[in-house]
Amino acid sequence: MTPMLRALGGAVLGLFLSGEVAAQPALDPRRSGFDFMSPATQAMQRDDSANPAFLWVEDGRRRFEADCQGCHAVASLRGVAARYPAWDGASAQPLTLAGRIRSCQQRHVPKNPRGPELAWESEALLGLEAFVAHASRGQPIAPPDDTRLAPARALGAQLYTQPFGQLKMSCAQCHDALAGRRLGGSAIPQGHPTAYPLYRLEWQGLGSLERRLRQCFSGVRAEPFAFGSRELVALQLYLAQRAAGMVVESPGVRP
Amino acid sequence: MTLRTLLTVPARVQPGEAFEVRALAQHPMETGYRRGSDGALLPRDLLRRIEARFEGELVFSAELHAAVSANPFVAFWLRVPAGGVLTVDWQGDGGVAHRESRRIDVA
Repeated sequence: MTPMLRALGGAVLGLFLSGEVAAQPALDPRRSGFDFMSPATQAMQRDDSANPAFLWVEDGRRRFEADCQGCHAVASLRGVAARYPAWDGASAQPLTLAGRIRSCQQRHVPKNPRGPELAWESEALLGLEAFVAHASRGQPIAPPDDTRLAPARALGAQLYTQPFGQLKMSCAQCHDALAGRRLGGSAIPQGHPTAYPLYRLEWQGLGSLERRLRQCFSGVRAEPFAFGSRELVALQLYLAQRAAGMVVESPGVRP
Repeated sequence: MTLRTLLTVPARVQPGEAFEVRALAQHPMETGYRRGSDGALLPRDLLRRIEARFEGELVFSAELHAAVSANPFVAFWLRVPAGGVLTVDWQGDGGVAHRESRRIDVA
């Protein structure tokens, strides 16, 4: 190597190091699924009056004001969704936001005419989840630093790389190795849960992250884990950790 | 039967200035051509008509048909000389009727 080339190499290395030391957020290689969408779908999410998810947010607001305001103030909801899944002391297990709303409804709203328990993925539960998640819009995803969550988070990390189904595919094979490329006509996103619950054009309705995960399991021809199962909660814990610091967009729109 | 709808209009407009009215309704828009898992035809369930009136005068209407997606979104432009109330009526199969109103003030 000539001295000049060596000097050039040193300069490039120096640049690289200074960039790393500064740790500029612009260098974050993580991208929300929003960045992989068409401009038309992005415009739909940007504009609250065109985003159909707000039908559920408004429904959730009415339910929250009727059932939840006795204990929870609307102002206290800011940033809550960004911290879930979190440890639930009462049941001694990690719970997703939807799981927390369900157990809260079960324990504290006994005279609820809609029944003692909100069914998974029901309109009522999705509405409440959308309303609470919307209150965290713009906040960074902040998984709790709680050692009791560590075993479930480790299980989630393991499930993320474990091959499933007749196609023997893992989450990581698509969402780490092939992110940004296409599966048929659809872009493969990096799989960051930044916008749930979200309105999917394919569903023509609002759905949770668990619904999305279950659909991926069906996609690789595996039997999906049940709503609220230990495995799905563990995966969501891992995904929240993986997306820590990314901005909550809920409720989003996806193709 | 009522619908869940959103109606977005500016709270205050200039006289004669065109502004956008946006209406979104939550509805399955079942076409009547699909079959369920038992093979039986799913009954048609569509929103058939949307009408907008400003101070009682019809300013916009549209017929909706089977090709309109679930949760239809309708937007149109309007120009008003003075303040008043805009009402939007949705009508559909199975006797669905829903009305939403917004006061529009002219600066």
